Parts: sequence; C-alpha cells; structure tokens
Amino acid sequence: MELSRRDFLKASGAAGIGGVFLFGTLDPTAALAGVPRFLPLKNKVKETTTICCYCAVGCGAIVTTYEDETLKIEGDPDHPINEGSLCSKGLAMSQVHQVDGKPNPLRLTRPLYRAPGGTAWQEMDWGTAIETIAQRVKATRDATFDEANSRTEAVASLGGGELDNEECYLLSKMDRALGMVYLEHCARI
Amino acid sequence: MTNHWIDIRNSDCIMIIGSNAAENHPISFKWVTKAMEKGAKLISVDPRFTRTSSKADIYAPMRSGCDIAFIGGMINYILNDMERNPGNYNMEYVTQYTNAALIINSNFEFDDGLFGEVKDGKYTTDAKNTWKYGDTKTPAADPTLKDPNCVFQLMKKHFSRYDADTVCNITGTPKDTYLQVCQTYTATGQKGKAGTIMYAMGTTQHTYGTQNIRGYAILQLLLANMGVSGGGINALRGTSNVQGSTDMCLLAHILPGYLNVPMESDADLDTYIKRSGKNPDATITPQGLAGDKSSNWWGNSKKYVVSLLKAWYGDSAQTANDFGFHYLPKCDPAKNYTHIGMFEAMGEGKIKGLWCWGQNPAVGGPNSNGEREALGNLDWLVSADIWLNETAEFWNRPGADAASINTEVFVLPAACSYEKEGSISNSGRWAQWRYKAVNPPGVALPDLEIMNLVMLKIKELYQADSSAPGREAVTNLVWNYGDVNADMVAREVNGYDLTTGKLAASFGSLKDDGTTSSGNWLYCNQYTEEDGNKCARRGAVDAHPKEIGLYSNWSWCWPVNRRIIYNRASVNLDGVPWDSEHPVILDYDSEKKWQGDVPDGGWAPINQAKEGEKYLPFIMKPEGIARIWGYGRVDGPLPEVYEPWESPLDRNLMSGTKTNPCAFIGKYRNERSTPSEYPYVGTTYRCTEHWQTGIMTRNLPWLVELMPEMYVEMDEVLAAEKGITAGDKVVVYNARGEVNAVAVVTKRFQPLQVGGKTIHHIGVLNHWGYSGMSTGDSGNILTPHVGDANTTIPEYKTFLCNVRRA
Amino acid sequence: MAKAILYDTTKCTACRACQVACKGWNELPAEVTTNRGTYENPADLSPTTWLKMKFREIEPGGKVRWLFTRRSCMHCTDAGCVKVCPSKALYHHELGFVAYNKDLCTGCGYCIEACPFDVPRSDRNLLTGIAKMDKCTLCTTPGLDRIAEGWEPACVKTCPTNALQYDDRDKLVAEGRKRVDSLRDAGWANANLYGENELGGLHVMYVLDDHPSVYELPVNPQISAATVAWQDAIQPLGWAVGGLTVLGLGLNYMVARANINREKEKKDVAGS
Repeated sequence: MELSRRDFLKASGAAGIGGVFLFGTLDPTAALAGVPRFLPLKNKVKETTTICCYCAVGCGAIVTTYEDETLKIEGDPDHPINEGSLCSKGLAMSQVHQVDGKPNPLRLTRPLYRAPGGTAWQEMDWGTAIETIAQRVKATRDATFDEANSRTEAVASLGGGELDNEECYLLSKMDRALGMVYLEHCARI
Repeated sequence: MTNHWIDIRNSDCIMIIGSNAAENHPISFKWVTKAMEKGAKLISVDPRFTRTSSKADIYAPMRSGCDIAFIGGMINYILNDMERNPGNYNMEYVTQYTNAALIINSNFEFDDGLFGEVKDGKYTTDAKNTWKYGDTKTPAADPTLKDPNCVFQLMKKHFSRYDADTVCNITGTPKDTYLQVCQTYTATGQKGKAGTIMYAMGTTQHTYGTQNIRGYAILQLLLANMGVSGGGINALRGTSNVQGSTDMCLLAHILPGYLNVPMESDADLDTYIKRSGKNPDATITPQGLAGDKSSNWWGNSKKYVVSLLKAWYGDSAQTANDFGFHYLPKCDPAKNYTHIGMFEAMGEGKIKGLWCWGQNPAVGGPNSNGEREALGNLDWLVSADIWLNETAEFWNRPGADAASINTEVFVLPAACSYEKEGSISNSGRWAQWRYKAVNPPGVALPDLEIMNLVMLKIKELYQADSSAPGREAVTNLVWNYGDVNADMVAREVNGYDLTTGKLAASFGSLKDDGTTSSGNWLYCNQYTEEDGNKCARRGAVDAHPKEIGLYSNWSWCWPVNRRIIYNRASVNLDGVPWDSEHPVILDYDSEKKWQGDVPDGGWAPINQAKEGEKYLPFIMKPEGIARIWGYGRVDGPLPEVYEPWESPLDRNLMSGTKTNPCAFIGKYRNERSTPSEYPYVGTTYRCTEHWQTGIMTRNLPWLVELMPEMYVEMDEVLAAEKGITAGDKVVVYNARGEVNAVAVVTKRFQPLQVGGKTIHHIGVLNHWGYSGMSTGDSGNILTPHVGDANTTIPEYKTFLCNVRRA
Repeated sequence: MAKAILYDTTKCTACRACQVACKGWNELPAEVTTNRGTYENPADLSPTTWLKMKFREIEPGGKVRWLFTRRSCMHCTDAGCVKVCPSKALYHHELGFVAYNKDLCTGCGYCIEACPFDVPRSDRNLLTGIAKMDKCTLCTTPGLDRIAEGWEPACVKTCPTNALQYDDRDKLVAEGRKRVDSLRDAGWANANLYGENELGGLHVMYVLDDHPSVYELPVNPQISAATVAWQDAIQPLGWAVGGLTVLGLGLNYMVARANINREKEKKDVAGS
C-alpha cells in the first residue's frame, strides 16, 4: 500500500506543529490563557485500507487500530473516488465492530440453533452446525432431485450483494453443483 | 454503470431520475457538484423533493410510476426538434451507431397499447416476430431515416402521442417545468456535449421497470450520449457488491459472466449454445451503413462456458462428457425462479430448505407479511450474517406463534467487511481489494470459510453415499481450497491456461477446447502473471492523455479494465472524438492503435478500415449497433405507458390497456388494494442514514441517533385532511397490512393534478423491522407481490394505501 | 495566520457525515433520540453533540426550498465565552478559533449565557457532581488534536461535496466573496458571506444564497454589555494574582512538549 498523499499530510502536519507552537511561545496572551498540556494522539497499531460496505460508490476507507484496541475509520485521501470523504453511513462503519470502545454487543459471536417449534435460541458449536446443515441439504436434495435436469426445486439460496466477489463466486459454484435453480439475491429486488 | 462515478464530473447536464443520489449515494455528489461548478445543469425528477432536488437547477415532480410518459414525451420533443434543427444533434451517431435507420418487419402493428396479440400474459411468437428487422440477418437501412418502416419513423409515430399536455396530465408535472426539462436536457444532443442519467430502484421497481430503462436508452442514443465521457446510463446500485454478485450471477437466469442458464430442452452443450442466441450464427449485418461488420462478441460464449466448466469440474470436464455440461441444473421454462417466484413456491410449500448469506428477505422482500409466513413452510433455514436479522428471527416476530412454526433455523456468525479480505465491485465496475483490519468477534468466520466448511462436509457425505442422486455433480466438483483464502479464489475466477498452468491473460485467450479455465470470463484479466492481483492496485495518477478521470491504474474494472464501455461510439467514423476536451479514446494510428481508455475492440476507425473490417461500435449486440428499437424484450420493442398494478386512476390515460399485459402477478397472499378504499399512492424509499433492510445501520448507535424511528412522509394538504401533524404516530395501511410510523408532514411532497384528480403520495421508508437496536414496522408490509415483465423486480415504488392517526 | 472553516450552504446535501465525523473523532457517544416529525436530530446541541445540521423547508413564491444549516461553535474573534470564562478554560487558539481546556472548566455556565449563537452546553456528572461545559473545539481537544497534526477538522475532511473547507481565513474570505459574487450573478440578490465581519470576524463563515434570517442565523450578532463589562473590568483583577502560576505552567508545558516531539521523531524513524 502506497499512502503517498497521506505521507505528505503527515509531513506537513509535523511542520504545522512546529509552526503552531512557535507562535504559541511568542504570544503572551496564549501563554496566559488556559492552553492545555499537550497530549499526543493515541498510538496506532496499524492502518488498513478497505472499501465501504454500504452503497456501491466504492469509497476507500482507512481503518486505524490503536494500542488501546479501539479503532477509527475515515475516508482514504488517496482514493480517487471519495478523496478522503465518507458519508454518515461510511463513517459509522466503525460501529459495526465497536461501539464506544467496546465490541458492538449486537454482533453474532457464535452459531445459534432454533429447533422446530422452539421458542428460544440455543448455542451450537461450529462442528455440529456444519454437520447438521450438510445433512439437511443432502436429505432435501436427495429427496427432491430431478436427475433428468440435474436440479432440485426444493432448496433455495439467497444472498450475495454484501459478500465479496470471491464469496459470490464460491456460492454460485456450490449452489449450482447442488442443483439449485431458486438462486437469487438482492439485485432482483 | 456504462461510465463510472468520477466521470460524472465531465457531464454538461445530469438528470437524476429514479434515484436520489444525494441521499443514497452521497459521495456521488462530490462529482455532481464538480460538474455543476463547471456549469453543468442538474435536473431532479422525483415524486418527492429530496436532498438531491435541493441542489438541482430544475426540480420536476412526477407521479410515481410515470417514467415512460415523462421520458416518452422527451423523446417526442427531441424527434420533433430534430427535424426542425438537425444541426443541434449528432445525426451521424444516430444514423450510423444506432438502429434508427434499420427497416422493421412490415407486419409490425401497434394498437391501443399493445404490440400484437397477447395470450396468457405473453406476446405470441407471431407478434414477437413482427418486432424484428424485415430481414433478420442482413437488415436494410435507410440512412435518410425517411422510410416509413425504419425504426426512426416507427418511433416517431409511436411517441407522437406523447405530447407535453398528454404527458403532464399523466405525470402531474407542471407543463412549464416539463418543457424546461426537455429543453435543458436535449441541449446535450449537440456534438461534443454530454448528458448523463443517474438512476436506481426508482426506475427498476415497477411492473414496466425494464421499459423505463429502455426509455432512458432511447433518449441517450438519440442525444448521442452513450459511450462518451460525461454520458451514459448509470445505475447507481444499492449494495456495496451488488455489481459483483450480479457479475457472479447469483441469479436464477444467468451463470457467471452473464451466460444463460441451461434449460430442460438443452440436450447438449451445442444445443444450449445455439438456443441461448450467444453464438456466431446470431450475427446480424446491417446493410447500407458506413460500418459493415459486427463483432457479435457473445459469439464467443462457448469458450466462456467451457472455461467455466473446466474451473468447476476440472479433469471431470472433458470433450467426451460435454465438459460436464449435464452437471449444471436445467431450468423449467414454465417456472419463474426469481425472488418473487421463490416465495410463491415457498408459500405453496414446494421449497423445503433455504440458505441466506447476508440477505434479509423478511424485511427486503415485497409483501412482508406473505413472505414471512412463507418462511414458516420451510423445513430448515440457514442465515449466515453478522447480526441476528428478521429472517432468522421470523418465527419470533410479533404476532407469530413460535410453537406452531416447525422450521429449524441455523444462524451462522459471519465476519464484517473489514474483518476479512477480498474484492468487491462498485457500480462503475471497479473491482477493489480490501484487507482485514481486525478479527471477527467470538468465533465468527468470513462467509468464504463458512462456505468452504459446508461444501467440504456436503462433498464428504456424497462421497460416502454411492447411490445418492446427482452424486457426480457434487463429488466431481473441484473443491480443494484447503484453508481457503480470497486470493486463491480470485485466481480461479480469473482462470488459467491449463497447458502451461499460468494465469490466463484475458478473455481473449480463453478457448472452447478444454485447454483453459475461467470461473468468470468477465473477470479474466483481473489477476495476471505480469501484474498480479490488479484489484489491489493503488495507482492514484490519472494516466489518460486528457486526464478525464479514468484512473485506469487504480484497482481494475471489467471488461479488461475498460472504464467507459461502448467507447468506440465516442469517436466519429474517422476516429475523431466528438468531444475534444473529454475524449475517451483518441489518436488512432495503425502502429500504436488507440490512446486513452481500452477501446471496445482495437479496430481501426470505420472510415480507415478495409471493406468487411469496418467494425460497428456496440460490440455486444449481434448487429453491432445500439438498439433504439429493442425487440429482445418480452413486452414490446418500445416503451409504452401503463399504469402500475395498483393505480389511483380507473383507466390508462394513454390507451385502453391499463397495466403491462406481461407483468408477473403473484398469487400467494397477494391481496390487491382498490383506489376507493386506498386512494393514495404509496412509494417506498431509503434515507441517507439507513441502509436497505436496516440491519447494517439500525444496530449502529450514531445512525440510530440521526434517524431513530420508522417514519412516513406526506404533503400538508393530505395531513390537514386527516388531522395529522408532524411527529404524530400514524398507521399507513392497505389490503396487505398495516405500518405504524411517525408522520413527517412536508412541503416536499405536493399534491399533483392527474387526469382531473388530485393525487397524494405517501412516502414509506423501507429500513425497519423487528430485530436489532432500533425496531419498527417494515415498509414492505404494504408492497405487492407483482413484478416487472422482463425481470420480475417487484413493484415497490407504486402501490395504493390509506393513512390514519394511530 | 488565522485559520477558518468555510461552510457553503449551496453545496451542502445534509448527508450529516459531519455529525458522525464529529462523534467519531471526538469519541462522543450517541444520544437516544426520537423522530419529532423532522429529519433533524438530535433535537439540540449537547455535551455529546457538538455539531448538528438544521433542516428548514420554505416555499418562497410557491417554490419549495429545503435549507440546510450547520449548528456548531462559530469560533468568534470577539468571543463572549472567552471574555466571561473565569478560569480561562476557553481561550483563543493561536490560529484564531476558540479552543478549550476542559480541565480548567469550573462549570459556572457563564459562557452559555454569553454566547450569541447559543452553542455551549453543560452537563453535571452524576457521580462526581462536577459540571463541565462542552462544545466544538475545532478538533483541538488534547489527545484528539487534529490541527496540531496539520490535518483538517474531522467534519471538513469527510464532507463529500467540499461544502466545508478549512484553510487560511484570508483565503477563505476571498473564496467566500467570490462565491457570493457568482451567486448574485445567478440571481441570488441577497447572497452574502456570513461571518466575514460579524463579532470581529467568525472562524466559521457561511456562504448563504439568501439573507441570514432565512437560515435562522442571528442578524448582526452582538455580545451583551454585561459580558463586555465582565472582561474589561472584573477579570483583570483575578489575573493579577493568577498570572505567575500560569506563566510557570506555560514553561512546564513547553519543556514537556519538546520531550514529546523528540519521542515522536524517534518513533517515526523507527517506523519508516
């Protein structure tokens, strides 16, 4: 990742600091006023480029993670489409992971299962979830498979607009291999 | 998008119709604003005055669902003006690059809103044959555009009924405003000027949505705005990778790269290729134009299908077994497998299992009450998502009796966009790579890994069951990703030369003999031996000689990094750009070929090429020229005004045919609202602060703070009639259900005068549901289970409803 | 050289990215709000909402207009809040705007009374019982100081249409005047640059296509006579006593800063 324009900003930022405080020391009214003790920005762990997950403009964003395990998201100034800006949704994207410095409490963290007629969720481990789902898919497919047309009309698939291309491709591949013809996503609606 | 986001800045006039770019694609306004700073005009056409309208030079209100009347009137205006002032138009483009001059079957008839005979909701084959060219393989052209059977004259006759008075009586637009729109936008017909159309779901979500877009296409072709910088028809697209998911064809009618799905009648690969129409025999060569050769690019489709089958079935795909063609599911032509069709089948109990990957139909689908109930007919449901959404929780929705719902539900926790790595494609077709910044919470996994685990387990089960039906389609599937990552899948999508094992350079190198693979021909060139993963490129310098904003070294776009498609229409027959300030391709010479963007085929300009090599510019069309006359649609070769399925009027003001005769009408729990009980036009839409089903924004406190509750919007006159003031709790209702919401009473909706009636709109937000942090009723409780004739996209944008204080 | 923000209402789409940017950068929590029949939220500025957009619908001559206005600190040159602040928690930053040292705030609330734009807001901490004022610091809050880094304020950086710009005030005055001229040329007879001269010159200036009252901005804002009296007559008495202490603190601060800068340079070298 080359972050040219930002490197420039960083350099000019350093000059800015010098400038600001040089004036500061020469300006007695400033010294007399309540100029607070300087506190540097939090220490960064890393900056990671991403593309916004909301609309399809494809804005670039930078996820900055800090030593205190918090993160912030801003527009990527090098990105030719958004040139550093983001809308309200794009900026709020940080809260998908973290709210007020803590994990977003509404995120799913483990597989859940609801039995037929059940009135509550039960936690399930990945192994059981994957095994059971695979069995259900196979059972339904086998019971309804039309061999002449290599299809089942009893298993359906929805989704894709929020997946990565590679995920969309794998889903397309596996759905078709399983013979699904009811195969759709949000582009249709 | 035919063009891309930055290119909007090169436009001379921007018409935002059927979209609300400032609110739903806020960053697009960076480029709209830049265009306006250089003098471009902005037109906003919308039933409601929006944040987009607030910045427009002209705001034209229009009754929801009247795009065809609105655009048809503009087409009529242009056709009349063209005869008076041909110098104001690019007649060379219209004549040579579109089918305006081509002669249509002399039996073509249009009568009272119909283009021939309709039986059981479909035009007869005989009717459809009359829509074709008089000579279907080598159609004649009349470049003078005078022949009464040429497209131009037929179009002129058709749209002559769309005079401004008739149009405004249908749309409710003030006539002076309407004429101002016509005049302002039509000015982009001049050579060197460009106008762009930014549209979205406001256009598509109608029972005639495809014909709405056809209207835009005709308009843009008459004004020579296709293929040029600052022009195009630009679908803004709603989700971050809906372009990529469409390209990968997670849709019932297409395989990756927009290849047709096989049908029951396709006995073998060659039959399929022949029937699909994507073959060399489909080439049409117009006679009497300067160009004499159409590349008919789809003629290459067999190479792409075979390469796809090689990617999927590897060594099990051989000439002897038709490259595993029979492993692919074949569709029943009598069934509708699209979203609405799926839920109709589910309602009838025919679908037993559903998996949803980051999709939430309980809020996003039309007729929510019906679709939610249909989910209860499933034996099992899987929801892979980052949140517990309304679909996963459908059994626990308000009013549901959980104990009587026997669907097993599996919820799989997924990673969010920056908790994993991979590429997404924006509306401008740029595939951009994004990286992992943080770990997903708990034991959540990227969807890619979940899919891998599921498919490995399914393969294992089939491996162990030698008598399972259709076993080989599963066991022979190439699925050896190990610890899967996006990089290895991206390479597979790009494809390989199987003889050398090297990555394929571009789709030009794909073959139909089984020596190449490519998971999606359209993405072939995204990952090459020479340049590696091009989606990850960050070249922030615009290398175009005239710096028109292509940024061709930033990420990669399909096809083959062509940033503006149909760009050979941006130059005249001699290869000289119409717009010298913003040329897309330029400076052709036989050694260096073209400069600028990657051309739509590198051939010489038509006037420099030899006989038989004068390639026409619209390379994906069998006739090489753009279709003003679009005979491939199921509901007619030209757009025609119909009323929505639920209309406030008792008749179509344009003809005796009230609604689109080919629209898809659902039967499952799809009660129809009548204007006597439900007199107001309901329409659904989004706001800046929330997104789609809301599950990605209603769980974020900063956005909930900005837009905390479900609301509806209405004009002050209607509100006064109903005794409603801003902030009141109201109920919007129709035959399908009720929605509780807060009333936003606004000057931004105004009553419209239509056919002697006063029409009020009620704007209904579509972001809320019963799960998550901010909950509320879903707008789609009110929308019908009816769809566009060509695509079955639901008619979310126009329905009938009523309102009362809660 | 004074810096300022120029807000051009004619380019603003009210996407409210600025509101979220402000919360995001300044680590401010969301408020619980309700829909009151308008898009506008939160209802008012607060200690956790330093910036909000106002939405107003008008219908001059039967033509609907939807006006958007920024509500936040205007960073006056002649700043009532600075004049009345007894603890000097509010002060003029070297670059001209009104910065804030929250540690010194005694919660007296005088600034709230003195502000002609009704911007500062105060909250009492339920645990400590201590009240503190909050308002936009133009991204100079200690530990969150973007200006010291040479960056733009968070709201400006994120603005999609460049309706917000941050630059030398002189340049922005010139730019603002230019835009007002072109608006007048386009028929907006009442177009004006708000804040060029108000209160000695604001450090947040608005390009308006109509009279400030149409945007519900105070016309010719003034600070009250009582506020002026406070600063000119009463406060200096206090300073005579406190001056030496502050000078001492100032020196202390300069030494500390030099150390921090040296540390930072070391890190940058190590990181490159």
